[in-house]
Amino acid sequence: MPASTLWWIPLLPFTGFLLNGTVGRRLPRNAVTGIALLFTAIPAVLVAWLWSTMLSADAPLVLTAVSRPWIGITGFQVNFAFAVDHLTLILLGVITGVGFLIHLYSAGYMAHEDGYWRFFAYLNLFMFSMLVLVLSSSFLLLFVGWEGVGLASYLLIGFYFKKDAAANSGKKAFVVNRIGDFGFLLAMFLLIAHFGSLDFATVFPAIARSSQHGGFLTAIALLLVVGAAGKSAQIPLYVWLPDAMEGPTPVSALIHAATMVTAGIYMVARAHVLFDRSPFALAVVAIIGAATALFAASIGLVQHDIKRVLAYSTVSQLGYMFLACGVAAYSAAVFHLLTHAFFKALLFLAAGSVIHALSGEQDMRLMGGLRTRIPITFWTMTAGVVAIAGIPPFAGFFSKDEILYQTFSSPNPLGKLLWLVGLVTAGMTSFYMFRLWFKTFFGPERFEARFDEHTLGQPHADAHPGADEHDEAQVASHHGVHESPWGMLGPLVLLGLLSVIGGWVGIPAALGGHNEIEHFLDPVFASTAVAGSALNADNASHATELGLAAISTLVALAGFGTAYLFYYRKPGTAAALARRAPAFYRVIENKFYIDELYSFAIVTPLLAFSRLFLGLFFDKGLVGGFGAGAGAGTRGLSDLTRRIQSGNIRSYAGWLALGAAAVIAVMLFGRSLLLLH
Amino acid sequence: MNLDHAILPLILFTPLVGALVLAVLPDRGRTQQWGALAVTLLTFLFTLHLPARFDFSTTHPAFQFETNIAWIASPAIRFHLGADGLSMGLVVLSGLLAPLGVLASWNTIVDRRKTFYVLFLLQQIAMLGVFTALDLFLYYGFWELSLVPMTLLIATFGRTHNRRRAAIKYFLYTFIPSAILLVGVLWLYVRTGTFDMPILARLAEQHSISNNSSALWLASLAFLLAFAVKVPIFPLHGWLADAITEAPTAAVMVLTGKLGLYSILRFSFGIFPEQSRHIAPLMIALGAIGIVYGALLALVQNDLKRFAAFATLGALSFITLGAFSFTISGLDGAIFHIVSESLSGAALFLLLGFLYERYGSYDMRDFGGLAARLPWMVTFFVLMGLSVVGLPMLNNFVGEFLILSGAMKSVFAHHLFWTVVATTGVILSAGYMLSMIQRVFYGDLGFRPAEVDAPDLVVREHLALWPLAATFLLLGLASPGLMRSIDPVGVHLARSLPQPQPAVSGAESTAALTSPATVPSTTDGGQR
Repeated sequence: MPASTLWWIPLLPFTGFLLNGTVGRRLPRNAVTGIALLFTAIPAVLVAWLWSTMLSADAPLVLTAVSRPWIGITGFQVNFAFAVDHLTLILLGVITGVGFLIHLYSAGYMAHEDGYWRFFAYLNLFMFSMLVLVLSSSFLLLFVGWEGVGLASYLLIGFYFKKDAAANSGKKAFVVNRIGDFGFLLAMFLLIAHFGSLDFATVFPAIARSSQHGGFLTAIALLLVVGAAGKSAQIPLYVWLPDAMEGPTPVSALIHAATMVTAGIYMVARAHVLFDRSPFALAVVAIIGAATALFAASIGLVQHDIKRVLAYSTVSQLGYMFLACGVAAYSAAVFHLLTHAFFKALLFLAAGSVIHALSGEQDMRLMGGLRTRIPITFWTMTAGVVAIAGIPPFAGFFSKDEILYQTFSSPNPLGKLLWLVGLVTAGMTSFYMFRLWFKTFFGPERFEARFDEHTLGQPHADAHPGADEHDEAQVASHHGVHESPWGMLGPLVLLGLLSVIGGWVGIPAALGGHNEIEHFLDPVFASTAVAGSALNADNASHATELGLAAISTLVALAGFGTAYLFYYRKPGTAAALARRAPAFYRVIENKFYIDELYSFAIVTPLLAFSRLFLGLFFDKGLVGGFGAGAGAGTRGLSDLTRRIQSGNIRSYAGWLALGAAAVIAVMLFGRSLLLLH
Repeated sequence: MNLDHAILPLILFTPLVGALVLAVLPDRGRTQQWGALAVTLLTFLFTLHLPARFDFSTTHPAFQFETNIAWIASPAIRFHLGADGLSMGLVVLSGLLAPLGVLASWNTIVDRRKTFYVLFLLQQIAMLGVFTALDLFLYYGFWELSLVPMTLLIATFGRTHNRRRAAIKYFLYTFIPSAILLVGVLWLYVRTGTFDMPILARLAEQHSISNNSSALWLASLAFLLAFAVKVPIFPLHGWLADAITEAPTAAVMVLTGKLGLYSILRFSFGIFPEQSRHIAPLMIALGAIGIVYGALLALVQNDLKRFAAFATLGALSFITLGAFSFTISGLDGAIFHIVSESLSGAALFLLLGFLYERYGSYDMRDFGGLAARLPWMVTFFVLMGLSVVGLPMLNNFVGEFLILSGAMKSVFAHHLFWTVVATTGVILSAGYMLSMIQRVFYGDLGFRPAEVDAPDLVVREHLALWPLAATFLLLGLASPGLMRSIDPVGVHLARSLPQPQPAVSGAESTAALTSPATVPSTTDGGQR
């Protein structure tokens, strides 16, 4: 495949965005769907072609395409330039593959929504930005995609803009992401100041050659971590992601699970040369990752909204990926990124199918017994739940285990502790996912009440807007609950399959595999010899690895067992426990009051300071007062101006001429008058 | 026929002739609108001659399209016009904004149309004159002229009863420093016997304007103060919010920024390079503070015009920061951003005007839920908002990015700190812009839209907005086109420090003299 074809991979979805964005409103829905799907399918085909090219024996390790300059001044230039290596290949595969499936699913899911054209235009805009993000060969062009996905996310979260919650969440997502961008930008400014360039091909070799460890490299790395924490929803900037669930469910699957939120992981992996130079920054990444994983999982334990559970689960899984980056196990991070894209996209889409079946209900307390009502959704979701819980041989097991093993064997002094945190999180993950599974699909059907209510014309407060109207008809004919159409189930089945077998590309040697994905990524991460994780992996005994795998499997099973006990055998247990420690429960249920804390400690004081101190005291008082004072001080002048303020152009012209005459007079006799020799 | 040496006078005289013709034509029907539109479009067409014929190949920032005619023998005042990379973009920008301003006033100005359009064209002449005059006296004439029509536009066509007060405030704020500027100009003439800008700049580089350093300082401050008030630079923005609140859309679009910032770059930096560098740390601080201050105040406004005023203050402060960083990146970015920011600002004020035409209010609390009613309007609002917050691929990102990265490379005291402060602007700008869009367009229908059933954008409004949207993309994606003309100026200004003065500013001068922007000058000073 010629390198120039790379341009078409992002440009086609952009064309789709322009077409649907400008004329989509006037097109029939089929045409809108056709445009959106076509301009996503062709890039997927191109990516497949790219894979086959790059995997041929004589292919270069990096395929580049450079066009004209984007920004160019003396001493600094950034081109429109793409580069594809094996890391990019994996992400391209995920983005176009999973992306296409989700487009397909959306055609069914959104079929009856207003603003159908808008939805698909934004979705294509997202694809464009995400593809630019992974294809770019410089930090600045990466930042273009980075901001672009943020914009698409803003637009899609706020898709139901008439709802205040949706509009607020969209804004929150954008602004919190901007806090991350603040760090990213500063990192880029420092890179320019030190290396005069933002091209990966210039900066990374220069860093590798640099004799310096730590110092400003640590500063740059930490600033990049701020950016990554914003995009990948890590502590302390994770708060936007749970709220992002206000968007339509396919959006949650595509943007807030499979692709966009992994951009931070991608960026850290991409800049691994820099991070390898700064053990401190790496340690920070590892600690943030482990802390986020544990913290988010603990909130996920007690959420009632099915999408919120999945959202906190996403934050937690992203924490795992961060942790992997932090122990310099970048290929393990990318491996988990890959499997997570499969099973989390699946889980969201399946949750969407459940919500669809229940006409917009998202509260698990009002579900139950859906196993037989929507069997295909049930079975595919089961595949996803087992995969994320980390039970072999499903996808999540291999990638999560790789991370835990790498953490355990990393030279980081905190390695064992971080491993323990990861292990505990794994148990919690298994528990809350099976909790979701049991509450949704087993036990008594708790949704009848809602349907009675619904048929009385009283939609539930949390109802998925827009889904209401078309389900009304189905409520009448099918008694409500119904399986989704095949346009939606097809992607579910495919992703279910991938959630089963997706992990087999990384079966470690200890379990008789070849860990193909790590070898595949070797050309990208091979230079990571500093932390020596790859080396460790080969030398460490297989017994340790097997032992760790056994432990984490047991922990996952324990999570399942507990959930089985709590939510199937003796359904009152969890509530009883919660009653035993009501304060503690309330704190977790309210997500540790972090949003309230931010609002109380940052947002409110900032607004009050701006309004009262800056606005009233400083601007009206001092600045305005200065103006008023100057006015009073020149009262004579202002009297004069009032007199000449006739509003008559001729008199103004006269004054101007008089002034000019005075000036000339001064000039003629000026030398003696001004005495400034 | 080679127009090159007649094009600048042509650009200046077209609106003048237009103003005279409009003054003669009757104020009946739509005569005045069509007349003004024709004149401004013709002027715009002429300004396009500049980029078409501009010699981009020179690395030395020479003046092109020069007209240099002796006007008055003694004192030596010449009719000297010319354009370089600094002014070319601004001339074209002024040319573009004028017809858009006419379109914006089409239905809003109904009384005394003749007065309005004549004043509007006079304002246009003054701006074009300021950007092209190379004779200091001629320049001062245009500078003063720019003051009068604007004051009258505010006083006569202001929106509320407060208009006269706002006009007087504006007049006093800008007139008094201008008077001091005049003293500075005259002192220069007395010292050097010339008003000619290229000659003065050369003398400045040779340190031969004056040996009296305190007099030089006073003169440089006279210049800077006049310009800084006009921009306005924080904290001299006392006139800004009132003037913007009152002034009609077409006037607001050209009210801020350009004139003062251009003058700082041309005259303060050109004639007082050394003094400008010495005051740079203060100006960098004011720039950074202005960014945050403007953004924070924009965040808490309810009035859309005041909101826009503080947003503008923030955007202009970026330019101050970049210019006074005295790095190639900062200066290039600043010059680029003057043009770029004016376009975004123009779009903002146009859109606010269109909203006001429909609902008769600038109070955000009156609005809400308009997105479903006015899909095109919300599209343009979002696009403009994204441009203002500096989304990559749109115009403002290029300028802000270069400015901030230039500030990071600057060698002045505390530059690192102020760069970090200024960069928080990217968070705050997203905050205020998205809040505004949410309050006006999302959520439940506000009470004004509930009362008034207004249509989406009409053809005239589309005609005004699409060119701006196109320039957003053009400048955002193809910045090198404009940057090629700007860069030599930026390089020249960044390097044109006179003799190094090791005792005072060793690091500063070595960096400025030896470095293209790539050479590092921060912490470790040697990585390449």
